[in-house]
Amino acid sequence: MHKHVVFNNRVLPYLLLAPQILVTLVFFFWPAGQAIYQSAYIPDPFGLSSQFVGFGNFEFLLRDRYYLASFKTTVVFSTLVTVVSMGAALWLAVMADRVIKGSSAYKTLLVWPYAVAPAVAGVLWLFMFNPNVGLVAWYLKAMGYNWNHVLNGDEAMGLVVVASAWRQISYNFLFFLAGLQAIPRSVIEAAAIDGASFARRFWTIVFPLLSPTTFFLLVVNVVYAFFETFGVIHTITGGGPQQATTILVYKVFSDGFVGQDLGSSAAQSVILLFVVGLLTVVQFRYIERKVHY
Amino acid sequence: MAKIGFSNVRKSYGPTEVIHGVDAEIADGELIVIVGPSGCGKSTLLRMVAGLETITAGEIRIGDRVVNDLEPRERDIAMVFQNYALYPHMSVFDNMAYGLKIAGVPKAEIAERVAQAAKMLELEPYLDRKPRQLSGGQRQRVAMGRAIVRKPSVFLFDEPLSNLDAKLRVQMRVEIKTLQRRLGVTSLYVTHDQVEAMTMADRIIVMNGGNAEQVGTPLAVYHKPATVFVGGFIGSPPMNFLQAARLQASGLLRKVAEVGGAAGALNTVGVRPEHLAFCSEGEAVLSGKLMIAEALGAETLAHVELDDGERMIVRIEGGREVPAAGARVHLSCTSEHLHYFGADGKRLPD
Amino acid sequence: MSGMVEKRGLGIWLTHLGLIIGIAIICFPIYMAFVASTVTQPEIARPPMPLIPGPHLIDNYTAALTRGVNSPVLLMLFNSSVMALGITIGKIVISIISAYAIVYFRFPFRMAFFWMIFLTLMLPVEVRIVPTYEVVAGFGMLNSYTGLILPLVASATATFLFRQFFLTVPDELIEAARVDGAGPVRFFLDILLPMSRTNIAALFVILFIYGWNQYLWPLLITTKPEMNTIVMGIKQMFPSGDDIANWPVIMATTLLAMLPPVAVVIFMQGLFVKGLVESEK
Ligand SMILES: Nc1ncnc2c1ncn2[C@@H]1O[C@H](COP(=O)(O)OP(=O)(O)O)[C@@H](O)[C@H]1O
Ligand SMILES: [Mg+2]
Repeated sequence: MHKHVVFNNRVLPYLLLAPQILVTLVFFFWPAGQAIYQSAYIPDPFGLSSQFVGFGNFEFLLRDRYYLASFKTTVVFSTLVTVVSMGAALWLAVMADRVIKGSSAYKTLLVWPYAVAPAVAGVLWLFMFNPNVGLVAWYLKAMGYNWNHVLNGDEAMGLVVVASAWRQISYNFLFFLAGLQAIPRSVIEAAAIDGASFARRFWTIVFPLLSPTTFFLLVVNVVYAFFETFGVIHTITGGGPQQATTILVYKVFSDGFVGQDLGSSAAQSVILLFVVGLLTVVQFRYIERKVHY
Repeated sequence: MAKIGFSNVRKSYGPTEVIHGVDAEIADGELIVIVGPSGCGKSTLLRMVAGLETITAGEIRIGDRVVNDLEPRERDIAMVFQNYALYPHMSVFDNMAYGLKIAGVPKAEIAERVAQAAKMLELEPYLDRKPRQLSGGQRQRVAMGRAIVRKPSVFLFDEPLSNLDAKLRVQMRVEIKTLQRRLGVTSLYVTHDQVEAMTMADRIIVMNGGNAEQVGTPLAVYHKPATVFVGGFIGSPPMNFLQAARLQASGLLRKVAEVGGAAGALNTVGVRPEHLAFCSEGEAVLSGKLMIAEALGAETLAHVELDDGERMIVRIEGGREVPAAGARVHLSCTSEHLHYFGADGKRLPD
Repeated sequence: MSGMVEKRGLGIWLTHLGLIIGIAIICFPIYMAFVASTVTQPEIARPPMPLIPGPHLIDNYTAALTRGVNSPVLLMLFNSSVMALGITIGKIVISIISAYAIVYFRFPFRMAFFWMIFLTLMLPVEVRIVPTYEVVAGFGMLNSYTGLILPLVASATATFLFRQFFLTVPDELIEAARVDGAGPVRFFLDILLPMSRTNIAALFVILFIYGWNQYLWPLLITTKPEMNTIVMGIKQMFPSGDDIANWPVIMATTLLAMLPPVAVVIFMQGLFVKGLVESEK
């Protein structure tokens, strides 16, 4: 983890580290400490004083119907985002891997959505499905399906899932394609000579060999769905209708800034800290495995 | 130009001592080769001279100064590394000029000194290239050039040729030696290759397990190895060794009776392969079976298994008749070609 | 496994067709946005909207850039550029110097600092928004570029990436530099920094996209329209209540908002992919 040869200087390393450490202390550790502190208090309605309640905020949260619903929403949402974006990406990657001519052109055409901000992706999809003017909504209506995600919670969930997954397909595609291209040709050819069909070869040989990539992407996509999709939800549904798309991160925001319920918002932050910690541990398990391979 | 002195130099990494007190004096302009097996502390010793490792105990002098506490740049040395350590993003010119720039040498003088070194090393056509655009041999020269332009009083080389192929290695070692003669700069040269040591050195320091076992001219080291280790390490194929006690039966000790007073301490006898010869049974000092004969053209190496199972190598001239493999053979030698070592591995007085 | 053996005849054409359909679906939202940005408001308000571009491209983009809805998009583009470049450059600078300190020096509390930086991996802004907002508000940094940039410039990922790279730099290079007379500052500026060029460039691409696409943070700390960044500004363009949104201008703005990061990805694809792969280690 370090060099054998180093410079001997008493002051310089501290100076070099100072900016990073200062920013980290002021904008990471101090707020995280604040969150933990605030989570143990309930401020009075005028914000003049606050009352110590210990784990009261947590107890309240865990009995709060809306908070538990938000947990469930988050699980449904991230499962769907992960499945949709990874499924589509794998399908595209398998095809792109089959063609030799033009595969880099396809790659270029498929990577750019990753550069689109989640909030911008939200606006793009909102436009197509807007119940009043959206083209897709209009065609659905013409075919007899009355699309209105502003009123229908399931439709709202579907739309935020698609908009979130859309952007992530690029990312998954890149990693799946790299994973596929790393599988030695000879393995596939041997199976083909054994007479295995394409589908059989895929499920018995290619997919198992891709499993490290798949596992890695699984973690990345769950993290993405949990923490980076705020923009999509804020632009498309604002968490509605009836909180049908209020995922945990969105609830921290809406309780803290819209509802001004600081104690509860802080407690939710603390719970999320644990979730992030857990996911990070899972991610590092993966890295360890990768090292041992 | 300067002399170098080592007085009881020691080095420890934490609790483990890896250099156990080296003493040596190097004269002005000498080319000294430090040779020994991998891990014996050659690089460590060299890097202590360079100032890249601290000196745990003892003293290193360059010229008249004790340099123990000086930074590398204050020691007036230049170093050539095993992997050349060229700066990959700089041109050949900039690689050579970098040290001079830092030292604040005027631009015109830098250009002149680099040009001079480039000419000497035949690097002129490559001055604008990046290291990755050069062959291994050319990179080696750039590393040399970087050392030369500094006009230091000491050159330090750490296995500079070990990344080159065999042919280039032979060519470069002649070039380095020639260059060193021409510039007359005191040089310390580390290698694990005893042929390189023999061909290049004015004097050799043979190291083993953190000790300097012998310091001497190549021929002195070859003909009068100070320890069993030196005898076995210097020379290829290596010196043959026999337990002195075993030789009693073979009749050899009769011929070396003149060792006399030291006989009590005598433990091991060494003999170089070229000092053994095939002979008739009557003249035999040793007898055994010829296992295999390697004909190399100019010479033939015969591997003989003695009656007690000991293996010996015999070197004979290429043209000579060699007994067939499996044949019983007899070996002779003369007493002035025998090397006597005590139980501690040290050479006994002749 | 390129060319899964059977790559002749019909099969390969079906594969191409499948890819083209996939790409068409993925590109469709952008195409619709583009069409919307070239037609008039009434054309969109009476669905179905046209499927081919109209003649109002220049009008709509001019309107967006110079007037926008709340503030000119040109101003929002400028704000976004300042924020994105500030975050990118800030992150790279503070990360490369802290990685340098951690790898090339030995000093008390080195590992403590290392773990401190490491822990920030676990604290995305989204998780600690309220207290972070309070800290920034306390410093009076609301509606300022400093407030937009500073809280986001610490980066464990970039620090690890540089650390990883520095560990692959041969030790002999620093020794050669020391023999040449270079101290820690010269070694960093003359040798390590130029050698890190490709890593810096790859990181630049990734971090630029990250910075440009920030949404929640600017949403919280910019309350004045003239401080809006483009990505968060789009949402502000929607009217509250039942008024019909000015879709052509909104869609023009949407396309302008994605143009810089998308251009970066397309034109620097190699660096982008390298950056993605390395920052995920
Ligand atoms: N930084 C270090 N820490 C601990 N031991 C070391 C270090 N560097 C070298 N050594 C040990 O010191 C001994 C001598 O190393 P070195 O001088 O590199 O050998 P040589 O160059 O002769 O092959 C070896 O046993 C090696 O393991
Ligand atoms: Mg060595």
